[in-house]
Amino acid sequence: MKLSRKQWSYFILAGLAGAVIAFAPLPVRVAPPTQRIFRVEASQFAYSPAVLTVDPGDTVTIELVSMDVVHGLYVDSYGVSVTADPGQTARLTFTADRSGSFRFRCNVTCGALHPFMIGKLRVGPNTLLWRAIGLTVLAALTAIILFPRLSNVEAA
Amino acid sequence: MRSELTRFPFVKSLLKNRWLQLPVSFVMLAGFLFAILSGFAGTPIGNHNFSIVFVWIAWWAILILVAVPFFGRGWCAVCPIPLPGEWLQRGAILEPPSRKPRWLNLRWPNKLRNIWLQNLTFTLVALFSSVILTTPKVTAIILSAMLFLAVGMSIVFERRTFCRYLCPVGGFIGLYAQAAPIELRVKDKQACAACKDKPCYNGSQVGYGCPWDVFPGGLTKNTYCGLCMECLRTCPYDNIAINTRPFAADLVKPSRKMDEAFKAFIMLGAAMVYAGVLLGPWGALKSAAYSVGTVAWFGYGMAFLAFIFGLLPALFWLAVKLGQELSKSDVPARHGFAAFAKALVPLGLMFWVAFSLSFVLTNASYILVALSDPFGWGWNLFGTAAVTWQPYLTTALVPLQTLVLIGGLLWSVCTAQKIGTEVKILPVPIVVFSTLVTLAMLGLLL
Repeated sequence: MKLSRKQWSYFILAGLAGAVIAFAPLPVRVAPPTQRIFRVEASQFAYSPAVLTVDPGDTVTIELVSMDVVHGLYVDSYGVSVTADPGQTARLTFTADRSGSFRFRCNVTCGALHPFMIGKLRVGPNTLLWRAIGLTVLAALTAIILFPRLSNVEAA
Repeated sequence: MRSELTRFPFVKSLLKNRWLQLPVSFVMLAGFLFAILSGFAGTPIGNHNFSIVFVWIAWWAILILVAVPFFGRGWCAVCPIPLPGEWLQRGAILEPPSRKPRWLNLRWPNKLRNIWLQNLTFTLVALFSSVILTTPKVTAIILSAMLFLAVGMSIVFERRTFCRYLCPVGGFIGLYAQAAPIELRVKDKQACAACKDKPCYNGSQVGYGCPWDVFPGGLTKNTYCGLCMECLRTCPYDNIAINTRPFAADLVKPSRKMDEAFKAFIMLGAAMVYAGVLLGPWGALKSAAYSVGTVAWFGYGMAFLAFIFGLLPALFWLAVKLGQELSKSDVPARHGFAAFAKALVPLGLMFWVAFSLSFVLTNASYILVALSDPFGWGWNLFGTAAVTWQPYLTTALVPLQTLVLIGGLLWSVCTAQKIGTEVKILPVPIVVFSTLVTLAMLGLLL
């Protein structure tokens, strides 16, 4: 498929727009770092609360309370973890220095659905999701505009 | 853009050689039987049992991330499930046929010559998947059932009826094999038309008739060719070729088959449901999916069925109707619906890749443990039983999933536009549909 000059222009424009969406710095609300303490109850096979929201730079303390068997909590990308025995509370403290949405999951085999015992830690706005949404819409628009057969069908 | 691999004598002799296929078959069958054994006899803890770890993590990763996207039905060529039945049916393991097939050798009923039954078996497995994926005994029961069913059907029916019409895995492999950059095709269709005995279909002294009940001369897509290489062995005119080709070469040919269209919805919808249920933070949803027989499970099941058989196809139908109205097309919407459903093949495949990346990279470290201690009995065969759980590439995972999903959308949009040209229906509403479901999947995974 040979692209016309106009289509090349669209292609380059889309590439630039994609680069902007993917990499442009976004305005971030700067809040002074605070201490955030969460009591998270773990029971087969869920955390409560399952979604924790903090601001970038916050010092996060998770008090993990196991309600039934031994459970753990491992935070993806941060690589930190804690284990709580039944009826006991274990404490995990770390600085939320990476923005985005991260899964935390049980890292101690706790039963059948153990591999799917998952929660989410949101550090600031989930910019990656917004960028992905932007790129998705851009990709769809680009494919429509760049693909010449569409206009043939419209003309018919 | 096509390149014939079988023009190289070395490749051709490798593919034709039964002696090379046999050890692979034995290894696969041994692994399969061991998975059944460990499922029944090993620990009930799924992530420490060979059956769960090797079937649902190792095999699944190879299948969905490598085998299906790049080799289409390549897995079917080495799948152990049909082997015992086929050996019984043929009365031989290796030798070419010396007599008529044994047993009843009945034809599969005409009314069932479609993939609706495969849609049903996959849906059933999907409804119970939270239990199957995590409970070794249930996995062992499912694997055993597939093996016995395959043997039973080989005794009653001709060829690989189980693989072709019933296997829950074979159905979606066939669907996504259309996107693979490899194909088996005839070189010259006229030679097939002129061929009197059609040994590729009927068999001959040098090989068996197509186990998949396919006449290679009529092959236009990968869906039903199991890449078993029998036709390569039997063709007296050297007219069979294995080609490399562009990805998704089968997808632009319009299809009117509703069974295949619904397979695309089932797979797309199941990937989305799994992403939400298994990878999401909603404990109640996981619990409902796992608690088979409870009111919550019935609610989950109804919602699952309504989503894949109701909501998704209904929205897609509306998109096709809108496209039809906008382009003032007189092509029946039913035909447009079936044709455009092919645009969901690359999208669904990439949804499964994105979902599986998360699931597989998180749990891959269990493979080393299960290798050393397959039954969870405290063995340490290779010194890896004490390897601690460690998720891999968690930082790269989300960008990778994003790229995979956007790539799938682009692929789907291009396919939809090509189909639109063929069926004379404006594809923009289909593009909007594909974009919306991609955004939903991004929301679930990110």
